[in-house]
Amino acid sequence: MDNIAIVGVAQTKYAKRKKDKTCADLVFDVTRAAMEDAGLTLGDVDNVVTVSNDFIDGRTISSMAVGDAAGAHDKNISTVEGDGTFGALYGAMRTLGGFGTTLVVTHAKGSEGDVRFITNGMFDPIYQRLLGLESISSSALQARMYMDRYGLTEEDFARVSVKNHANGKNNPFAHLQLDVTVDDVMNSEKLADPLKKLDCSPVSDGAAAIIIANESHVKKAKTKPVWVRGMAHCSDAYLLGDRDLAVPQSLAAASKKAYTMAGISDPLKSIDLVELYDAFSYMEPMWLEGMGFCEAGKGARLLDQGVTAMSGGLPVNPSGGVLSSHAMLVAGLARIIESVLQLRGEAGQRQVENAKTALAHGINGACGQAHCVWILGNQK
Amino acid sequence: MEKWLEQVEPLTFKGQIAVPYTWWAGETGSLFLMGLRDKETIMGCRCNSCGTVYVPPRRTCAQCFTDTGEWVQLSNEGTVQSYTVVRFSHPLQPVEVPFAYAMIQLDGADVSLVHLIKKDLDKLEKGVRVRACFKEKSERKGHILDIDGFEII
Ligand SMILES: [Zn+2]
Repeated sequence: MDNIAIVGVAQTKYAKRKKDKTCADLVFDVTRAAMEDAGLTLGDVDNVVTVSNDFIDGRTISSMAVGDAAGAHDKNISTVEGDGTFGALYGAMRTLGGFGTTLVVTHAKGSEGDVRFITNGMFDPIYQRLLGLESISSSALQARMYMDRYGLTEEDFARVSVKNHANGKNNPFAHLQLDVTVDDVMNSEKLADPLKKLDCSPVSDGAAAIIIANESHVKKAKTKPVWVRGMAHCSDAYLLGDRDLAVPQSLAAASKKAYTMAGISDPLKSIDLVELYDAFSYMEPMWLEGMGFCEAGKGARLLDQGVTAMSGGLPVNPSGGVLSSHAMLVAGLARIIESVLQLRGEAGQRQVENAKTALAHGINGACGQAHCVWILGNQK
Repeated sequence: MEKWLEQVEPLTFKGQIAVPYTWWAGETGSLFLMGLRDKETIMGCRCNSCGTVYVPPRRTCAQCFTDTGEWVQLSNEGTVQSYTVVRFSHPLQPVEVPFAYAMIQLDGADVSLVHLIKKDLDKLEKGVRVRACFKEKSERKGHILDIDGFEII
């Protein structure tokens, strides 16, 4: 693969009901801020990828409504409907395909719709949607299967929530900045067993943008480039019952491909931090297993041993993760942005010391049907 | 510009999108749904190539990327592989809370069917045996909810 790098990033503060901004306002703000970060002008941006979802926006071909705000007037613009990491992967491919620089921008105002109705729309209309399944209840099926398979407890998941909410307090962009204990999580409102309110991410509004440049264009930007060392995505079966929900096999496949591309054989040794898509607390240990940081069923042990803490060998979600801010679709791009800030040494209070290599991760579909893995480094 | 916004409620507009759809259930789906409606039987299909028995049935096996072949009548009984008791209410839900969703591997199938369990929620655990309960014949209309739910045996 030719060398490409992320040279500009921007994100909004995540919040519920951002009444001061429309979707276009959010896109405009982060587009401008990402260019400012990179020290580039609109003339330097060769093409634009927007990431949106019609159900969230409440209109069809929603991407066409934010092109103006993304600076795409008279430019090559295309769209990805899915998580921002997948949009970024497509943007990276366009950059590899001959464009000098690509802007990828994603936005969501989930609080303006009803997330239960929207996520119910993920399911097939004949066999699953009519049962009323949506994101919390389907994830609860996955959490339960995972617990039963490996003898995990609700407290194992609660500890993830405690860690990530505490990390979120160091992140000025985070929606939630909570001091919570395991008891608080365990005593929070029961939604769908084993998931309780504090096991679930909030519904946040926000936007994020990155600029990807090929090597010949990297020097135009004023920032320290963050190099894309590996990237891959893989998908599992659509119907929940077709999958082994306790084993994220598409994540394992994507991770393996991304590691190979990055020349990584021992991820635990080579990677300094992980920003992963923890829409629910149980996902963090499960995804860490899929990423090959430990054996199946041992993800929770990494937390118990302190490995995933800020002071541990592999800090996971120093930003507070998706549990602290969940702007749908934006959340994956935010994982990339957080990794970039870490690798530039600009992550402020949440900075992981000496971070050289990071893994950023996003998911698409119910219960992590598809996974996208990025290996980023401050060295090529 | 943001200052004055703090003093007021934002102007918002209620969405009106309600697009009627009719989804053709497909040849395979129709046979499955008619089996529920007319005979209280749950039909699956077997992949000719890898032997996987799917329910709901489908035309193609994604693993093998081939046409699935024969129809298989499955048992109306099966084993719970996973479950969740839902405690929040939402207009989406077809029944009052609390109720459970379960992934049920019917005898004879290799994959799980997601469906409802309404009673004996405290007896739910992995491995529990359940049986499909059908709606009254007059109420069945070729719908996944012609199976009213599953009951713990
Ligand atoms: Zn097959």
